[in-house]
Amino acid sequence: MALLTVTGLTKSYAGADGDLPVLAGIDLDINEGEIVALLGKSGSGKSTLLRCLAGLIPPSSGTITYRGRPLTGANPGTAMVFQTFALLPWLTVQQNVEIGLEARGLPARERREAALKAIDLIGLDGFESAYPKELSGGMRQRVGFARALVVEPDVLLMDEPFSALDVLTAENLRGELLELWESGEFPTKAIVLVTHNIEEAVLLADRVVVLASRPYGTIRATYDIPLPRPRDRDSADFTKLIDVIYQTMTGRGHDTPLPPPGVRAPAKRTPANTPLPAASVDGFSGLAEILQRHGGRLDVAELTDELSLEVDDLLPLIDALELLGFAAVEGTEVRLTPQGCAFSEADVQTSKEIFAPAAIEIPLVRFIATSLANSVDGRLRAGFFRDVLAHHYTSEQVAEQLDVATDWGRYAELYSYDTLHEEYSLEAPPD
Amino acid sequence: MGVPRSPANRVAPSRPRSPRPGWFSWVDVVVAAGLLVLLYVVIRLGKDITLSFTPTQVSGIDTDPVRLPYYAGRSLLRMFAALAVSLVFTLVWAYAAAHSRRLERVLIPALDILQSVPVLAFLTVAVTAFVALFPGSVLGLELASVFAIFTSQAWNMTFAFYHSLITTPRELDELSRGMGFSRWMRFWKVELPSGAIGLVWNAMMSFGGGWFFLVASELISVSNREYTLPGVGSYAGAAIVAGNLGHVGWAILTMAILVIGVNFLFWRPLTAWAERFKVEQSEAAQVQRSLVLDFLRRANWPRLLGRALAPLREAAGRAGRAFGVDDRPLLVDVRRRRAGDVLFTVVTLALIGWGLVSLVGYLADQPAGLSVFAEPLLLGLATLARVVVLVAVATLVWVPIGVKIGFSPRLTRIAQPVVQILASFPANFLFPLATWLFLRTGLSLNIGGILLMALGAQWYILFNAIAGAMAIPTDLREAMDDLGVHGWRRWKRLIIPGVFPSYVTGAITASGGAWNASIVAEVVTFGGTTLTATGLGAYIAHATATGDHPRLLAGVAVMSMYVVLINRLFWRRLYRLAEHRYSL
Ligand SMILES: Nc1ncnc2c1ncn2[C@@H]1O[C@H](COP(=O)(O)OP(=O)(O)OP(=O)(O)O)[C@@H](O)[C@H]1O
Ligand SMILES: [Mg+2]
Repeated sequence: MALLTVTGLTKSYAGADGDLPVLAGIDLDINEGEIVALLGKSGSGKSTLLRCLAGLIPPSSGTITYRGRPLTGANPGTAMVFQTFALLPWLTVQQNVEIGLEARGLPARERREAALKAIDLIGLDGFESAYPKELSGGMRQRVGFARALVVEPDVLLMDEPFSALDVLTAENLRGELLELWESGEFPTKAIVLVTHNIEEAVLLADRVVVLASRPYGTIRATYDIPLPRPRDRDSADFTKLIDVIYQTMTGRGHDTPLPPPGVRAPAKRTPANTPLPAASVDGFSGLAEILQRHGGRLDVAELTDELSLEVDDLLPLIDALELLGFAAVEGTEVRLTPQGCAFSEADVQTSKEIFAPAAIEIPLVRFIATSLANSVDGRLRAGFFRDVLAHHYTSEQVAEQLDVATDWGRYAELYSYDTLHEEYSLEAPPD
Repeated sequence: MGVPRSPANRVAPSRPRSPRPGWFSWVDVVVAAGLLVLLYVVIRLGKDITLSFTPTQVSGIDTDPVRLPYYAGRSLLRMFAALAVSLVFTLVWAYAAAHSRRLERVLIPALDILQSVPVLAFLTVAVTAFVALFPGSVLGLELASVFAIFTSQAWNMTFAFYHSLITTPRELDELSRGMGFSRWMRFWKVELPSGAIGLVWNAMMSFGGGWFFLVASELISVSNREYTLPGVGSYAGAAIVAGNLGHVGWAILTMAILVIGVNFLFWRPLTAWAERFKVEQSEAAQVQRSLVLDFLRRANWPRLLGRALAPLREAAGRAGRAFGVDDRPLLVDVRRRRAGDVLFTVVTLALIGWGLVSLVGYLADQPAGLSVFAEPLLLGLATLARVVVLVAVATLVWVPIGVKIGFSPRLTRIAQPVVQILASFPANFLFPLATWLFLRTGLSLNIGGILLMALGAQWYILFNAIAGAMAIPTDLREAMDDLGVHGWRRWKRLIIPGVFPSYVTGAITASGGAWNASIVAEVVTFGGTTLTATGLGAYIAHATATGDHPRLLAGVAVMSMYVVLINRLFWRRLYRLAEHRYSL
């Protein structure tokens, strides 16, 4: 029997007319002895799914069972490792590690023994009486691991555990984790890992579950990774898997069921079906310039290396360039269009002149600009746009969409925004 | 690519350690002796509290300066008793508000109103109630005094702790629920430590403000009867009545020693100790230091005590499990919850409605009827005018000075503790001297009242102006120098925007303090002469002294209304402006 079983899970957050799903139709089993990676773009609902598995947030519908029993509260068979470590700064390393056992009411002596064993296992000896702030990031995350492992949960849940660490530390910690897992001393039976790093997913997981984000988080594809460990990143199989998964993630692979069943491709772009990627003007201008420097075309893998960015940080920028018609994506290659070339070569004023007509074609930007033009005095409260968007996005998403639209519209000088009064207006702000 | 971080075992900050881990050192002896003395003093002072008294014999304050240490001790005991009560209130009220959706909707608005109510007007009601509760004992008066100080301390502390409770970082909430913490563990290991720094700092500020109310509450006349408690405040009062300026001087000196001593021996060590609850995961460049704390840390006592108490902590942890586990059920019965909400709302509204009806009935039965509100509404304008002048003048005077001080690290080091102590020093202590001055110069109290109110209130503006100026980054100032921006333009472009957020905080506190002070500043006596100003403060003071309850009620209600309205209509807007536009 699977340790965790998810059937027909949906999770919605409140929108204007009823709830808006951020996860829908998720079916997933976590079995004994496997490492599962949940992979997806930012906002695809990875963290939400993980917290549903932990029993920390209630699903809107569907069930999650642990060893066959439906969850009613926090999942007794899981423990979580956090991206930001979530250590208690006023407790020593040992006290932090003991905390889960204390919650279970274990007597002091047993707690101590178990904690010291976990500290030993995870390579923290000598740090027992240190406080978290005295430790480096890598050491802190070790404490996070030890704290979760000491309660011997069936399933270890990890939400981007390595992404707050620098590259070398993350690499080191990943290696140690795998060694421990392979050694058979690992006190848990399965691991679920949330990540937006494709390479990390393929390196660690037995199974990679790719979540799609539009129109809401669904499982787009699942890949079994049969490669033997330790895995060689330069092997042909490894790089091929990465390419395939990358194409799936960006929704351009041939084996992806896009559009999702039941949803027909819309004929017209609207603010509802064309969400703005979370990319600032500075961000995608920078990317365009780098592409330009490399002759206008570059492979995504090379780009991530060049920028030392995670692919997930890069995707919104690429999406933005594509949406604006400044770049086109073929397979894993990004290519600047002629406009894109002009945009990246121009000085500030000219680049604005090139950007403005492209931006006005973006549904949300156009919607704001035309609404303002049609209003009595050329001003509208942000609340108006929030209300309109709330029919299609959750409150968090609405805030994000408007932030991006404000940034783009301001740069294009299509409208200005007064943060204090939360008001958009057509005219330039008074000096 | 980023530079790899320094290796794991960075050197831990050197913390004062005991020289040898031996059992005893001279430090321990000193600390033990200190504790013993403290215990003795508390018992000695506390013994007198339950002495029976007849109201006539109370004013037997002995103005021999030799008695001052004793009086100071009694005053101090009151202050700490009030602090303890405030702390308990804070923990309970804030916890209830943060953890119960329904209670939150009642408790937080109530707190917002309570903090606008002029505390001094409460005092009379409190004295009457407590004296009736403990007839023939000083205990009633003591409790009334403690209550008055409590009402000046508790609200700030509660707001601070409530705020920290509702902003508990999401991961820590998830950690607590995911690991199955008991509610007690969540409180003890997560919530209380996260809120500790805010709590300690707010308690320290409130404690400083509390001296004012201590002095006011030691000397009060209610319903044509003088009540006096032994303490520094009443000592000064007696000295003033006797017209002995020398003794008044001794009282002022004692007060200064008290304020500075408590700061040095209690608050500095406490704030320094609270540094360990900083949530930032990195070493701060500048940390609070305290000589006393360093000294205590060299003693073996705290460690031994900690070890001895470990079983107790364990037991508390086990007992705490009785409060249940910190978990949120995934399935909520929406209909039951709705029904509970409706019931709660109905009961609350019914209680409030019933109270209002009986209040209106009570007022209507009085000779003046409901028109009793008319006079305080008008008088409020006079007091409002005083507050406005005070804040405006204090701003014009102290902001430039504060900026000057804040820009110079050397001046700041000297000035900041001094200003802190000036703000704590109970201004009403100096009222008699000022009154004497007014009598000599013939200055009307209508104008002089502003000065009296300013004696206490102005320091908040200065203090916050310094803090705001310190927060302006040096490189910004240097950039302005480079660009040759000087004079008014420099103020407009850099200084005002930089100081503004901090200034607003100070001005809110100052104006609140001024309203409160008006109750004691608009009526003053020296020797046999009483000066009275036209204003709401004098109105309340008069209603208090004569035991005119309808007037008292109307006065307090109107003053609270003024404060709440001004906060909402004026200060809160400025606050928003400060947050949005002028945050550096
Ligand atoms: N409490 C909430 N209220 C409204 N919307 C929410 C809430 N929490 C999450 N969302 C929305 O749900 C979507 C999924 O969020 P989630 O944090 O699970 O994504 P994620 O895949 O973990 O993204 P990231 O890689 O940025 O961590 C996002 O669009 C987010 O805006
Ligand atoms: Mg996430």
